[in-house]
Amino acid sequence: MGRITLEAVTKRFGDVEVIPPLNLDIEDGEFVVFVGPSGCGKSTLLRLIAGLEDTSGGRILIDGRDATDTPPAKRGLAMVFQSYALYPHMSVRKNIAFPMRMAGVPQDEQDRRIASAAKALNLTDYLDRKPGQLSGGQRQRVAIGRAIVREPSAFLFDEPLSNLDAALRVGMRLEISELHNRLRTTMIYVTHDQVEAMTMADKIVVLRAGNIEQVGSPMELYRAPRNLFVAGFIGSPRMNLITGPEAGRHGAATIGIRPEHIRVSATEGAWQGRVGVSEHLGSDTFFYVEDTGLADTITVRAGGEIDLHHGDTVWLTPDMGHLHRFDVQGSRMA
Amino acid sequence: MARVASTRAKVGYTVAAWIVALVIFFPILYTIITSLKTEQEAIAGFNLIPSFTLSSFEAVQSQNNYWRPFTNSVILAVGSTLLALVVAIPAAWAMAFSPTKNTRGILMWMLSTKMMPAVAVLVPIYLIFLRTGLMDTRIGLTVMLMLINLPIVVWMLYTYFREIPGEILEAARMDGASLRDEILYVLTPMAVPGIASTMLLNVILAWNEAFWTIQLTTTNAAPLSAFIASFSSPQGLFWAKLSAASVMAIAPILIMGWFSQKQLVRGLTFGAVK
Amino acid sequence: MATRQTQGLARLMRAPAIILLLIWMIVPLGMTLYYSFLNYNLLNPASVSWAGWFNYQYFYTDPAFFAAIRNTLVLVLGVLTITVVLGIAIALLIDKPIWGQGMVRILIISPFFVMPPVAALIWKNMIMHPSYGVFADIARAIGVQPVDWFAQYPLTSIIIIVAWQWLPFATLILLTALQSLDGEQMEAAEMDGAGPVSRFIHLTLPHLARAITVVVLIQTIFLLGIYAEILVTTNGGPGNASTNLTYLIYRAARLNFDIGGAAAGGIIAVILANIVAFFLMRAVGKNLD
Ligand SMILES: Nc1ncnc2c1ncn2[C@@H]1O[C@H](COP(=O)(O)OP(=O)(O)OP(=O)(O)O)[C@@H](O)[C@H]1O
Ligand SMILES: [Mg+2]
Repeated sequence: MGRITLEAVTKRFGDVEVIPPLNLDIEDGEFVVFVGPSGCGKSTLLRLIAGLEDTSGGRILIDGRDATDTPPAKRGLAMVFQSYALYPHMSVRKNIAFPMRMAGVPQDEQDRRIASAAKALNLTDYLDRKPGQLSGGQRQRVAIGRAIVREPSAFLFDEPLSNLDAALRVGMRLEISELHNRLRTTMIYVTHDQVEAMTMADKIVVLRAGNIEQVGSPMELYRAPRNLFVAGFIGSPRMNLITGPEAGRHGAATIGIRPEHIRVSATEGAWQGRVGVSEHLGSDTFFYVEDTGLADTITVRAGGEIDLHHGDTVWLTPDMGHLHRFDVQGSRMA
Repeated sequence: MARVASTRAKVGYTVAAWIVALVIFFPILYTIITSLKTEQEAIAGFNLIPSFTLSSFEAVQSQNNYWRPFTNSVILAVGSTLLALVVAIPAAWAMAFSPTKNTRGILMWMLSTKMMPAVAVLVPIYLIFLRTGLMDTRIGLTVMLMLINLPIVVWMLYTYFREIPGEILEAARMDGASLRDEILYVLTPMAVPGIASTMLLNVILAWNEAFWTIQLTTTNAAPLSAFIASFSSPQGLFWAKLSAASVMAIAPILIMGWFSQKQLVRGLTFGAVK
Repeated sequence: MATRQTQGLARLMRAPAIILLLIWMIVPLGMTLYYSFLNYNLLNPASVSWAGWFNYQYFYTDPAFFAAIRNTLVLVLGVLTITVVLGIAIALLIDKPIWGQGMVRILIISPFFVMPPVAALIWKNMIMHPSYGVFADIARAIGVQPVDWFAQYPLTSIIIIVAWQWLPFATLILLTALQSLDGEQMEAAEMDGAGPVSRFIHLTLPHLARAITVVVLIQTIFLLGIYAEILVTTNGGPGNASTNLTYLIYRAARLNFDIGGAAAGGIIAVILANIVAFFLMRAVGKNLD
């Protein structure tokens, strides 16, 4: 079981309110991702759930029981830290065994769980090494192994992949998703990488300055961002935001259109501009179109083979079905 | 720079460095040599080749009862260090892992107590020791040495503990470790190298302390520093014997010191230079 | 991590060290202050009376006091100058590629581990003795009259001994700092056409500033309390020529049994140490983190 409920949870450091009263429901077995810009309070929120920080107000319920004042060791949660936080003086085996040793799990059961975690995480050959003799990805796996063997009611991850290189990051991302599919245990995952958020989450929580801006599935957030902040944050490359007369024509203060929802033509279309930088990724090409009179640049996604060059004139046509309209306060209009 | 020239330069630097090193080391070297001479040789002018006799060492031991001050030195140095660690480890732990906004101030204040000149409290300490019967006792001196080195011990441990990432302790807490487990299984093993070097440095400092040991002892509790200081009186005009006594007083600590060079820098600079 | 439980515990764990040091600071200092206003001589312990400022006046009018202050300053500044200048030079030298660097370091650091009475004895008898010392041997070998160091140059002799003891410390710290100097920065400067001298002045010295500050601070703390070296060699003489403040107070307390006078001296020493500490802390505070 791993149902976590936050009721008006508040956190102040001195006079600074980092988390204003915040409510959130996390269902058992859900993969929840906290995203938001740096300093918005993602780690703080996670540490409040873990019990590593005291709340300044509100209640935290784990499986319906009030855990607000329960010490971290008693909450039945496991955490994977950004720095991995492996015990440097213990072998991999001892690291993984540590939480079981603390819980008084019998030795043969410990061995069994270590063996199966090591197998699942490809660590069998490294069990007798010290963390200092492992690569970043291996350390990451040990940290996850240490979390798994406790059989916690929920896993907490604080930017676990941010110290890995790009290729490894993709691999580990898949492994963690697979782990979730296999265990079906609640996972709360902090990142500021919106690709991780989109690909891994059942539910994304977008935070800004300690406030929840929107909660929903990745596709909900992609299709119907509730405000400009979420619109700008979810999706890559970012949504084009256009203000001024063009927005007014659609009865909005701001309109947004994603790069993948704009058609490009060398001959005809709604908006005219000039090709600036273009990025050829092979499968796709991103054009940064200038001098449209709408915004500084408009980002457009086109097929990989399209033949346009720096300085060429292009016409852009937005797909009206995917146009987002926002009012003066930045909220989504129906 | 061409390779050939750099080899020549290396020879030059090496010769210069060795000359400097030998000049600096010379007084110690000459004392060691003299300790291996007979008394006649010792005053017979400059001579680097002794007759390698151990008679002076034997004489110092039999006539001056060398072992009592030696034992005292060991007890005082080790005892005061252990005592200081018992008090300092929890304090440094708390300041490193649970800092408050006063922590920096407290540390600076501790450092400042080290700046109080010992002589300023000579009178009251001397009188207290006289009246309470602590004068010339090992226990009294152990406590004194503990107190004067306590700030350095706290500082050193603090700088070592600070290097243990807080996340590891949090991980232990998440893993279900109680405070006792956390200290026993996670913190202590990680802190052992730091504690060991703190201990080493403090033993050296306590062994070489030569103000309070001279002021507060006469015979019973006198460690080597007080024992050696008594040689300044005329009986010390036996060069070889004097050298033998000196060598015995510094040898253990010299050897310990050679092993603690790196920690020494951090320790004595309160972590400011690493 | 700063949760309520740990904070209560942390307070408890800090307490013993803080309380001990607080007592260690306040009680003896308070007693010293009290005694400094008493006529109190251990030779005549029955007649203790209130002395007012007499002990301070006595100290202030005693020519030995000014000699001691002067000697203290000369000793501290002399040793600091020698150790910092030579320390930089030696550190630069052994930072170069040399054969046997480990052994060289061990030889150079050794004097630091020699306890002060032994250091003083070695220099007094082995090196500086007017008839049997190495210096005397050298003098005779080149045909000049040997110098009676402790009679003719008592303070200089003590400065030499103390500098010998502290030179290793300065060297080791400066060497450590030097080794953390960025090699690429040096190479960049070399590419920019900076010669060895200007590289030393514009890169090495500023890099060493912090280490030098630390050396000065820590040595000053210890140098103000120099005692055993004087006791073993000159006993503060001839006259007051090598008496520093520490030794003067020691003499008042232990040889003249003048508790009141020594206490007044102690308070003066505290004030002086605080003045020095104030400037040092300010300098160091700027230089440390
Ligand atoms: N112990 C603390 N004391 C005071 N302020 C803190 C403390 N910890 C965090 N903060 C502040 O709380 C805010 C939120 O910090 P938090 O670490 O939760 O951000 P984050 O969203 O995890 O950022 P990042 O993506 O950079 O990790 C920041 O402004 C930070 O400065
Ligand atoms: Mg964070």
